Amino acid sequence: MRAMVIKEFRQLLRDKRTLGLLVGLPVILLVVFGYAANFNVSKIPTVVVGPEAAESAAQLHAPFDVTEVDPVGNRATVESRLQDGKAAVGIVTGQNPVTALMDGTQLFAVQAAKGAFARMAQADVATGGKIPVIAPEVLYNPDLKTSWIMIPGLTGLILLFIGTLITSLGIVRERQAGTIEQLAVMPFRPWDVIFGKILPYLLLASLDLIAIVLLGMGLFGVPFVGSVVTFGIGALLFLLVTLGMGVLISTVSQNQGQAIQLAIMFVVPQILLSGLIFPVGAMAAGVRWIAYVLPLTYFVDISRGVMLKAEPIAGLWVPLVVLLGMAGAVLGLAVLRFRRDLAPSARHRGEDDFEPVAAAA
Amino acid sequence: MTWGLEGGTVTFGAKTAVDDVTLQVTPGSVTVVVGGDGAGKSTLLRALVGLVRLSGGRAQRPGKQAIGYIPATAGLYVDLTVEENLAFVARAYGVSGSDCRTRSEELLERIGLTETRSRLGGQLSGGMQRKLAVAMALLHRPELLVLDEPTTGVDPVSRAELWRLLSGAAAEGTGVVVATTYVDEANRGSTVLLMDQGKTIAAGSPSDIIGAVPGTMGVVRGSDRPPGQSWRWGTSWRVWAPADDLPDGAEPVAPTFADAVMVAALASQQVV
Repeated sequence: MRAMVIKEFRQLLRDKRTLGLLVGLPVILLVVFGYAANFNVSKIPTVVVGPEAAESAAQLHAPFDVTEVDPVGNRATVESRLQDGKAAVGIVTGQNPVTALMDGTQLFAVQAAKGAFARMAQADVATGGKIPVIAPEVLYNPDLKTSWIMIPGLTGLILLFIGTLITSLGIVRERQAGTIEQLAVMPFRPWDVIFGKILPYLLLASLDLIAIVLLGMGLFGVPFVGSVVTFGIGALLFLLVTLGMGVLISTVSQNQGQAIQLAIMFVVPQILLSGLIFPVGAMAAGVRWIAYVLPLTYFVDISRGVMLKAEPIAGLWVPLVVLLGMAGAVLGLAVLRFRRDLAPSARHRGEDDFEPVAAAA
Repeated sequence: MTWGLEGGTVTFGAKTAVDDVTLQVTPGSVTVVVGGDGAGKSTLLRALVGLVRLSGGRAQRPGKQAIGYIPATAGLYVDLTVEENLAFVARAYGVSGSDCRTRSEELLERIGLTETRSRLGGQLSGGMQRKLAVAMALLHRPELLVLDEPTTGVDPVSRAELWRLLSGAAAEGTGVVVATTYVDEANRGSTVLLMDQGKTIAAGSPSDIIGAVPGTMGVVRGSDRPPGQSWRWGTSWRVWAPADDLPDGAEPVAPTFADAVMVAALASQQVV
């Protein structure tokens, strides 16, 4: 047995990346997830509209964070802010009772707001009842169903898994089998190989996406009230990022085991930090920035916005542009790195002391 | 047009994998690169097809459209059928449908895989896989065919078939380069390049290489190792006397190609 143990340790110590993952990753994950794991929303972006907007706004304290006070605004103003995600709560004054519209896709913000309103009412009764009665109204997800907010985000998670893991494995397999050398000698351009490799997965993932969305609608009654085209554009950009990430992972992995490790490192943080489970706004500032560099964060925005809130494309331009930028960067980097495998001599043509002669010129 | 490398040098960091090697490939001929493991054969071939960058010297190669290359590791997709493998390379090289069909038929017939066309690549024997890989590399009628140890680990019958295939390709005008660790295969080439530790230790036609053996070759029968430079050959010993001073009891013989390879390796080690 001693021989086995020594051999195993030797092999383990040789693979520095696995060792690093075994030792370092749990520590990092615990710290990051510990700070991210927070359901308590301490800041609720709130708009207040109507003739008594200023007075009402003055009565709102934490967790409400009044971002806009508009005395000439009305219910439509609030609805537009909630739809665009600029506010989670909107108070419409000038009527009795005063209405508090809430964005049902922000489950924890709504729960925090409801609690805060109840506390305010209680305190008001104790001090003589000067605050008008507030009637809460939850939009987009009136029953505050968890499945309604989870399923649009889960579609992204599933795409992430297929896109990143399966693509990286597909390319690493070519490298391990040695066929990548043959591809490099064949009359392909690097992007022929990359996009040729990605396209089938893109198609497959798209079919998967349609199936998941339909299943979510059929089994869990999740609504799809927005534009299919906007959702499609968001999904396509997100898929390009995940597939590009898969290619990128494959260029730095020598075997399938390494590719799986890296893909897991890329996927797992997105489950917890993208706003899929814990609201991004509730995360500690030190880890919140991580959420903003993860593509799933933006896709969750888009999918929830479109499916539940019918958010128009104009309101989603930020996540769409960010995903477009990420797709461009990741795919560009993937092509550059992949070129090293596919055309080493072309890459350094300037330094190379020969000029390939065209065939039968 | 002659393809090849002229004074080709490839370095990986501080290590020189190929050191000033010249390799000429004439259309319609077979060039064999012979050397032990780690001699630099694979790097030489990879430099020839453009997979590694030369740090010195020149490479002359046709465009990718006219190259066929099989690395030592693979050559085919194990999860595609024989037919699908051929169809993939046909599309990659833009061989049209009808031309692809007739060419595939012809090659499958030549390698004896007509009956196994719908079997997966991974279900074929090692020898069959190698033959299929060669057929795939030949499908688009390349001007330059480069094969890295196509016969390693292949049974003698399949080896003979593979060589027949390569000779056939050369007869059709293709310039063929084959790397091998088997000395007996060097005789198959019209030109041979012997490599050791990245350097050329002998080059030319097999008869040139035999003719260039310096000193005298001898044979000693018996079980005792004779003095000087000697090695076992079947039941006897081969002795090489660089200064023509054969030991007592040694009978002078004409050197064979295998002798020439051994002598070249010994001579290169003496220089170092």
